[in-house]
Amino acid sequence: MREMIISELSQAMHELARGFAHYLPRLIVMLILAFAGWAVAYIAKVVLRSILRLIQFDRLSDNAGASQLLTKAAMPAATEVLSRFLFWVVWLGFILLGVSVLGILGLQEQIGKFFLFLPRLFVAMFILFFGLLAASFFSRAALLAAVNANVPSPRVLSLAVRSIIIVFVLSIVFEELGIAEQTMLVAFGIGFGALMLGLAIAFGIGGKDLAQRFLERRFVRAKKDESEDELSPL
Amino acid sequence: MEIKLAEDTFLTDDFLRQLINVGEVDILVGLPTHNNAKTVGSIVKTIQSGILRWFPRERAVIINADGGSRDGTPELVTSISIDDVRRGSNPYALRTLHSISTKYASSPESPAALRTILAAAELLQAKACVVMSPESSSIEGEWISKLLRPIRDDGFDLVTPTYRRHRFEGLLITNLLYPMTRALYGLRLREPYAQEFGFSGRLGGEFLSQNVWDDGTAGSGIELRFTLAAITARHRICQSFLGQKDHIERRGSDLVPALRETVGPLFSALEPDFPVWSAVTGSQPLPTIGPDHEVLLDLVRVNRKRLREMFTTGVAELATVFQSILSPATLAELQRIAGSGESDFEYSTELWVKTVYEFAASYHQSVISRDHIIQALAPLFRGRVLAFLMEHRNGSAEDVENGIESLCLEFERLKPYLLQMWKSRE
Repeated sequence: MREMIISELSQAMHELARGFAHYLPRLIVMLILAFAGWAVAYIAKVVLRSILRLIQFDRLSDNAGASQLLTKAAMPAATEVLSRFLFWVVWLGFILLGVSVLGILGLQEQIGKFFLFLPRLFVAMFILFFGLLAASFFSRAALLAAVNANVPSPRVLSLAVRSIIIVFVLSIVFEELGIAEQTMLVAFGIGFGALMLGLAIAFGIGGKDLAQRFLERRFVRAKKDESEDELSPL
Repeated sequence: MEIKLAEDTFLTDDFLRQLINVGEVDILVGLPTHNNAKTVGSIVKTIQSGILRWFPRERAVIINADGGSRDGTPELVTSISIDDVRRGSNPYALRTLHSISTKYASSPESPAALRTILAAAELLQAKACVVMSPESSSIEGEWISKLLRPIRDDGFDLVTPTYRRHRFEGLLITNLLYPMTRALYGLRLREPYAQEFGFSGRLGGEFLSQNVWDDGTAGSGIELRFTLAAITARHRICQSFLGQKDHIERRGSDLVPALRETVGPLFSALEPDFPVWSAVTGSQPLPTIGPDHEVLLDLVRVNRKRLREMFTTGVAELATVFQSILSPATLAELQRIAGSGESDFEYSTELWVKTVYEFAASYHQSVISRDHIIQALAPLFRGRVLAFLMEHRNGSAEDVENGIESLCLEFERLKPYLLQMWKSRE
C-alpha cells in the first residue's frame, strides 16, 4: 500500500516535472514575446507620436471637435491617445501571440477572433474620426452661411447639421464593429426619423413666428429695402 | 510668331488662326466678358473711338475673352463695325482695328480670361496692353489713353487707375485692401484690385510664365495677384486718374464673394511674398497722373440698424469660430463693442487692424478651413463699415481722406504685430 502511494506520487511528480519541462520553454517563449512586444509597442508608440506631432494631428483633432470630447472625458490630447492605443494594441497582440504558444485549448479560437476584430476596430476609428471632422466642417459651413445670409437662429441650424452627421457616423461605426447591429439600425431609424419630424414640427409649429419673420424679412422687407442704397464693397 | 508657343498653348486652334491673321500689334485691349450684352456694345465702341483718337498710327486689336455668355455678347463684340466709330471720331486713322472673340470656358473664370488675354498679347508681341471692365457704363475713350500712354511713352510696366468715388463706395478697398497692401508692400497704390489697368508686354509675359495657373493658387482675384506680382518684381508702377467710377449695383450678400475675390488672394499672396513684405517699413507714394483720389459727398441712405444687427449677431453666433482665429483680447474687445449701445458704437482703427492681422496670421496657419476664415471676416467688416459710416456721415471729403490716411498709418504702425503673430503661430 505504502509503495503504491509512493509510486503514484512519484509518477505524479514525474508527470508534473514532464509537464513543467514541456511548458517551460513555451512559457519562456511567451515571456520573450511579451518583452519583445513591449519593446516593439514602445517603439511604435514613439514613432507614431512623432509622426502625428509632425503633421500637427492635434490641430486636425481640434478642428474635428474630437479634442473637446477628449477634454470632457478628462483624457489627454488626441496624439497621446492614439499613440497609447497603438502601444496597447501591439503589446496585447504580442502577449496573445505568446499565450497561443502555450497551446491552451479554447484560447486559440478567442485569440484568432481578436486578431480578426482588429482591422474592423481600426476602420471604425477611422470612420469615427473623419466623421467628426466632416460634422465639424459642415456645421461650421452652415453656421457661417446662415450668419452671413442673416438667417434667424443660425446656431440651431448648425447644431442640426452636426447632429445629423454624427448620428449617421455613429450608426456606421457600430455596424462596422458589429455591436448590436439590428438594435443600432432600428435606433438609427427611430432617432433619425424623430429628428426630422422634430425639426419639421419645430419649424412648422414651434417656430411659426420665426418662420413668419424669416419669410417677411426675405420677401416683404426686400421691397422696403429698394428705397435704400446698397454700398458696393469694391 | 513663335510656332513653339502655338504648339504648347491652351488657346483654341480657331483663336490661334485669328491671331495669326492679325500679325504683330502695338496695342492690345483685353475685354473679359460674361453675359454683358447690355453694356458691351457701348464699351467696345468707346474703346474703338479711344484707339482711333489717341492711337491712330498704332496697330491695335481688341481681344474679347468670353466665359460662355448666352446673351450674344461675343457676337456683339465682333459685329461692331469700326467704320461706324470712324465716322464719328478720327477719319484719318491709318491702321485696321481688329476685334477677336474667343470662348475660354463655358463658365466665367477670371484667371482663365486674364491668361487668355496675356497669351494673346505675348503671341501678338503687343508692347502695351490694357484690360477693361465690361460692366463700366461710365467708361470714356480717354481712359484707354490714360492707361496706355504711361507704358508706351514713359516706360512704366503697370498703370493702375484711381477714381472719383462716393465716400462710402468701395469701403473694402479703402478700409482693408489699400491700407494693408500699402503697409505690407510699401507702395501707396489706391486700387490694388483694379478692373481696368494697363500693363507692358514684358510684365504680361513675365506673369504668364509664372507658376500660378496650374498650382491651384490662381483662383478668383487674379487681378490682385497680378498687381502684387508687379510690386514684388519691382516693376515700374504708376497710377492714372480715370474719372468717376460708376456705381455697380450689388447686393449686401455680395460681400462674401467680394471678400473671396480680394482678401483671399491677398492673404494667400502673403506666404510666398513673406521675404519681400517682412523687410518693408513705411510706404512710398507712386507717380500719379492726375489726382490720386476724388471724393463725392452725395447723400446715401444706408440701413445702419441692419449693419449693426448683422455685426452683433455675427460676433455672438460665431464666437466658437473666432476663438480659433482671434486672440482672446481682441475677441473680448469685439464682444464688448457688440454689446454697447448704438450711440456708443465704435470699432476703433487699432482694433480693426489687429482683427485683420490676426485673420491674416490664422489664414497663414490654416487654423480652420481658409474659406471659412474669409467668410468669418464678413460680419466684422460690417461692423467696421458701420463705424466708418457713423464717423464720417457728416464729414467733408478731407475728413474722409484723413480717416483713411490715419487707418493706413495704423496698419503701418501695427505691422510688427502681424510679424509677431505670423511667427508665433508657425
